[in-house]
Amino acid sequence: MAIKGMVKFDIEMCKGCELCIDACPQKSLQLSPLINAQGYHYVVLIQDNCTGCTNCALVCPDAVITVYRENRKKEKVSVARISGVTENITVTIDDKSAVGPEAGA
Amino acid sequence: MTADTLDLETAVEGMECVYERPETLTDMRFHYCPGCGHSTAHHVLMEVVDELGIQENTIGVAPVGCSVFAYQYMNIDIQEAAHGRAAAVATAVKRVLPDKYVFSYQGDGDLAAIGTAETIHAANRGENFLVVFINNAIYGMTGGQMAPTTLLGMKTSTSPAGRTVETEGFPLKIADIVAMLPGTYYVTRQSVHSPTAVRQLKKVLTKSFQYQKEKKGLCFVEVVSSCPSGWKMTPLQANKWMVENMFPLYPPGDLKAPK
Amino acid sequence: MTNLLLGRKPARNSTLSGKGPAVSEVRLMKGNEALAEAAIRAGCQAYFGYPITPQSEILEYLTEVARERGMIVLQAESEIASINMVYGAAGAGARVMTSSSSPGISLMQEGLSYIACAELPCLVVNVNRGGPGLGTIQPSQGDYFQSVKGGGHGDYRLIVLAPSSVQEMADFVYDAFDLADTYRNPVLILADGALGQMMEKVEFRAYNPADHTPPKPWATTGKPKHRERNVITSLHIEPEKMEQINLRLQEKYRRIQEKEIRYETVYADDADYLVVAYGLVARIAHRAVELAREEGLKVGLLRPITLFPYPAPQLRKLAQRIKGILVAEMNAGQMVEDVRLSVECRVPVEFYGRMGGVIPAPEEILTALKQKVVGHVAQQAEAL
Repeated sequence: MAIKGMVKFDIEMCKGCELCIDACPQKSLQLSPLINAQGYHYVVLIQDNCTGCTNCALVCPDAVITVYRENRKKEKVSVARISGVTENITVTIDDKSAVGPEAGA
Repeated sequence: MTADTLDLETAVEGMECVYERPETLTDMRFHYCPGCGHSTAHHVLMEVVDELGIQENTIGVAPVGCSVFAYQYMNIDIQEAAHGRAAAVATAVKRVLPDKYVFSYQGDGDLAAIGTAETIHAANRGENFLVVFINNAIYGMTGGQMAPTTLLGMKTSTSPAGRTVETEGFPLKIADIVAMLPGTYYVTRQSVHSPTAVRQLKKVLTKSFQYQKEKKGLCFVEVVSSCPSGWKMTPLQANKWMVENMFPLYPPGDLKAPK
Repeated sequence: MTNLLLGRKPARNSTLSGKGPAVSEVRLMKGNEALAEAAIRAGCQAYFGYPITPQSEILEYLTEVARERGMIVLQAESEIASINMVYGAAGAGARVMTSSSSPGISLMQEGLSYIACAELPCLVVNVNRGGPGLGTIQPSQGDYFQSVKGGGHGDYRLIVLAPSSVQEMADFVYDAFDLADTYRNPVLILADGALGQMMEKVEFRAYNPADHTPPKPWATTGKPKHRERNVITSLHIEPEKMEQINLRLQEKYRRIQEKEIRYETVYADDADYLVVAYGLVARIAHRAVELAREEGLKVGLLRPITLFPYPAPQLRKLAQRIKGILVAEMNAGQMVEDVRLSVECRVPVEFYGRMGGVIPAPEEILTALKQKVVGHVAQQAEAL
């Protein structure tokens, strides 16, 4: 069963640039027919199949996306450190774990 | 179920937050156009500063151009330089505060037109700071004029018939020039148009701060970027155009990498 | 204890080679080098400059002597780079300076406008040479307007100090750094090619930089958790905000005008006529005034030391009991305008100037005084 994730958008900060829509491997994002106070159509999640891959959040110019993912391994999530720089750096996953929906785009 | 109909607390039950807006960005909405590469570059750069835990020890130097307001968005001590002079300002800041992390952030006019001398000489001296260079082949802030990096044939407000060699000369590949100087330690070209590109840029910036800590010399990171407004395209169209037209002349990859 | 030392290198046992507060010391030095030595003793932490005659000795002296004492000394690629390095270092909280001569100072004008608006302290030295254009390497006072009235764009002022001896080339450096820190404003020492090159006795005062280093909570040194980020900028895009910034700057300049005027008068108490001159020309005018006194003419000298703030109130007061003023300068007539403004047309003001790097002799000034001022005043009296 695929890992479950969820995304939250700060809809007032979204500018409807659609880059996240293009980046989502699940094709689960779409512009809302509604507009925010700035006049932009903001992004919404349209299917319940988000895997928390963070592709959308990484590519979002305005950093409006927060991503959640279930942690089945119950391990502490670590972040990159300034020493011991290795090739496999991402924002979310410890470099020892091989799992991860990071195969996006 | 969509995110705006489902209660968030229920939706994320059993999940943890794996990505959020870094604290090193202020709460201010970016004034940049939708899909602008500056926004993404700010976001990625500040994310790296946040992850490395160096917010308290980082000083930035902002340029003149669309990103003249970078200091409103980056939650670090920061100086606004005169047009083109960020490399000189950063030189001084780093020499006065050698144990802090210093970066300059510039566009194509700031770094490769009016700032060419300061850029070349800071690189030549091997000044120990990071240069982040956003190359979108146009002057956005002043309304879409030609940049030194504008492609041949590209139409801008000061090359309305398209750039020609006879009148405007060749596009300037400044990263290639800088890579030839022995004072530069790491010169690379990246982009921010896809998640893979963003992940790659994060690695590159992380490495660059590490090299700065090790006092290796100047690190130069060019970010080939789109300007949807200046190019008169949607953000998605602009990214596609960038890949098809800018990447052949400005190919992503390392121009000079340490062994 | 004082030691008379020649030349650039300190003697082996001199106090110069030690660290800590310097004691007073006397040397025979060139103006440029005395200024550089004073900068070291004043605790200057960084110097960025570019060679140009007649002031390259400042850069050379600091490169040779100051680096080993811990100062950052960098020959930049241009004067433009130099002034922007000064901006960066000042913004980062350092005591910093640069120096140049007229054409190089022209290149620095944009930077000075930025530094003034961002309210950063620094010292800039202009060893004025003949202009306009590439000009000559001989001394001139042709940069008065540029120094005092702006030079760069916008409503800002530099505090301007005009030395007239090698001793003052050294003394004003300490004062300049202290004024810069007190008011968070750039300070300009306006010297000239002759003062830069001449050799005279100079005594360096005892000065402990540690006692003259105010806290700089506004500097960009890295944002700790407990404070907001520091932004050094001169960009304030909303007009209302920019007006407030300008009002604050103007209020500062008013305070400077109230408190920091410096000038010197010689033989002025019973004078019928006054010569007004600054810098090198004031020394020459001093001799001219003595010659006049020998001939029985009651002439005095007013020497402005601060060109901004200008000793206008003092001049206005003196003007009430004198009959005429001669302003002598090495230019086409620049400070003379400020003299006319100061006396508000109550007294005739005439001008004598030499240009192109030519230095006037005392006799020339005396002749001009007699012909243009004394003679003119007598003519006017007859006509009535």
